[in-house]
Amino acid sequence: MGSVRPSLIDCDVHAVLPGIAALLPYLSDYWREQIAQTGFKGPVDRWYSARAVAAAATIKDEIPASKVEYLQRDVLDARPELQWAILNYDCAVETLHNPDAAAAVASALNEWIAAEWLARDPRLRASIVVPSQFPELAAAEIDRMSGRPGFVQVLLPVRSAEPYGSRNFRPLFAAAARHGLPVGLHFGGAPGNPPTPVGWPSFYLEEYAGMTGVFQTQLISIVAGGLFDTFPDLRLVLIEAGVAWLPPMLWRLDKNWKGLRREIPWVRRLPSEYVRDHVRLTTAPFDAPDDAQQLREVVAQLGSDSILLYASDYPHAHGEDRAVTELEFLSPAFATRIKCENARAVYRFEP
Amino acid sequence: MSTASLTRLVDCDIHNTITAEALMPYLPKKWQEYHREFGRRQLPGDFYPKAMPFASRTDTWPPTGGPPGSDLNFLRRQLLDAWPIDIGVLNTLITIRNQEREYDAAMATAANACQIAEWLEPEPRLRASLLVPFEDAPLAVAEIARHGSDRRFVQVLIPSRTSLPLGQRKYWPVLGAAAERGLPIGLHFGGWAGGFPISGAGWPAYYLEYHTGMSQTFQAQLISLICEGVFEEFPDLKIVFIEAGLGWIAPLLWRLDRSWKHLRAETPRLRLKPSEYFRRHFWLTTQPIEEPPEPAQFTAMLEHLGMNDHLLFSSDYPHWDFDSPDHALPSILPAGVRQAIRHDNACALYGLKTN
Repeated sequence: MGSVRPSLIDCDVHAVLPGIAALLPYLSDYWREQIAQTGFKGPVDRWYSARAVAAAATIKDEIPASKVEYLQRDVLDARPELQWAILNYDCAVETLHNPDAAAAVASALNEWIAAEWLARDPRLRASIVVPSQFPELAAAEIDRMSGRPGFVQVLLPVRSAEPYGSRNFRPLFAAAARHGLPVGLHFGGAPGNPPTPVGWPSFYLEEYAGMTGVFQTQLISIVAGGLFDTFPDLRLVLIEAGVAWLPPMLWRLDKNWKGLRREIPWVRRLPSEYVRDHVRLTTAPFDAPDDAQQLREVVAQLGSDSILLYASDYPHAHGEDRAVTELEFLSPAFATRIKCENARAVYRFEP
Repeated sequence: MSTASLTRLVDCDIHNTITAEALMPYLPKKWQEYHREFGRRQLPGDFYPKAMPFASRTDTWPPTGGPPGSDLNFLRRQLLDAWPIDIGVLNTLITIRNQEREYDAAMATAANACQIAEWLEPEPRLRASLLVPFEDAPLAVAEIARHGSDRRFVQVLIPSRTSLPLGQRKYWPVLGAAAERGLPIGLHFGGWAGGFPISGAGWPAYYLEYHTGMSQTFQAQLISLICEGVFEEFPDLKIVFIEAGLGWIAPLLWRLDRSWKHLRAETPRLRLKPSEYFRRHFWLTTQPIEEPPEPAQFTAMLEHLGMNDHLLFSSDYPHWDFDSPDHALPSILPAGVRQAIRHDNACALYGLKTN
């Protein structure tokens, strides 16, 4: 194993909290008592049938990704070329309306990640969970956690009650900038407002397929809000966002910027230029077309060999072919950039 | 540019404006009084500066004093006669505001009567979309029945922001009534929805976000109409996305096909891949079409979509982002494809005959 050159950084693997009881060692007496006396379940996101959501997971463990041993068995030890894997706890902290509960749960989750995951495998890195719906509290948690070994990014659910380009979120982004941390937007979230512009859909399939639209909203908002000028070092990573939607959305956004830019004079360049400088996307899922020629065209349309970051999205499976998930359709040099070099650059990892 | 390249043109998105004043003679007295007393529900704010007054080109304000699109003679001069437009489809944006239902219905009925008397009768080049109180199925079905045999109404108009996803059963009687009469549903940019934010992440801060993000409304409607099994229920139903853009569609279909394979147990009504329903049942107007930086990317965009026979030229007159028939379709497209988009596809869809 020592003879294999590290050449893989997996930018999206998951830890799943088996239940609020796992957080008890990391909560204050007050919250331990609240949980014991009220049955408070903490962050829970169960809007659709568990079966529909679980259909995305292929692992047969009782609670997939709930233990570091599962992750070691299926990813860390299974891929000898792996150097680092970034752990994203895709939380439902945004479901908590009580600000103190949200802050306490986010802090406890970060301590749980530090103690039970990062401390137990040197190949792991992790994202910082924050109470994203309370930007001042989120900034405080970023300040508290930055500098703790292994935490390499701030994680936000892509679904929010207000787009992240809003000035209300500025303290959160300022904190990330203060500590030089990329901000990752991850698929999902349950902030309370509908996931579509026309209300609540009937099926999980609709929410899942439509989530690219929410990523589009956030990206448009972050560009229009001028975050990349306010924070010139900001790196934004779109995680589990799909890839193929990006070029046509940028064509539309660039065109509208030409017509409407006097509304946002601080956006001084084409939106697509900011995106290529500041935004990265993970590769799982890719939403690749079946046709190989069309897939090559989509990759060329991205207009950058730096924009993609390899991810497995363990333990989720999106039903894509291995040729796509392992980037076998790309030249070896290009695949190496995506599997390793691009992540090193955005997360500032030492080689 | 040769004359031949300019002949035979159908414009599938023209906005005529019917002011409240113009509407009054067609409204029953009871609802005239209601309108004067209470009026239409207003939007809860102006939100942000929006490009241009009336979202329109500055030169489209008619000399007769009304708002852009309100004067037929001026519209003839500025659009129908300025290009050799054989047929133009009117989409009047009298938004049904989802309030007192019979008042909504009376407003739609009056607007349709006004369109017949003041637009379709005097100008044989025009066709119109039928306005219906789409949030109330029985009243909407009655309006479709009233005009369903008048072929000058070529489709039923619904704004893209409905109060629920359009595939849900609340709307099925409306979709069914349209399908039964061979009328497509024209889903047009905008509307007011049920008060929900215009994105899945809340309200944005700028008109640029609203305008760029509107394609997400169509994304949600595409997904809903397909996943709810609407096209199994109404195999003849046709949907026209108007002012939706089209570059976003192929990637969404790749995603939807893949996730449907994974999650199909949840939607047992579907027999076909989502993309198969889309390519059979949907049509798309061109304006505002995405403009990739490389011409070859434009060609690839249409190839990825694979629906050249379902694309319909539209100008969006008189709005600020109007597409001129001279320049909307890039010269890189083969002449036959341009001719299909400019004319033939609309004739086939709407059953139009041009000279």
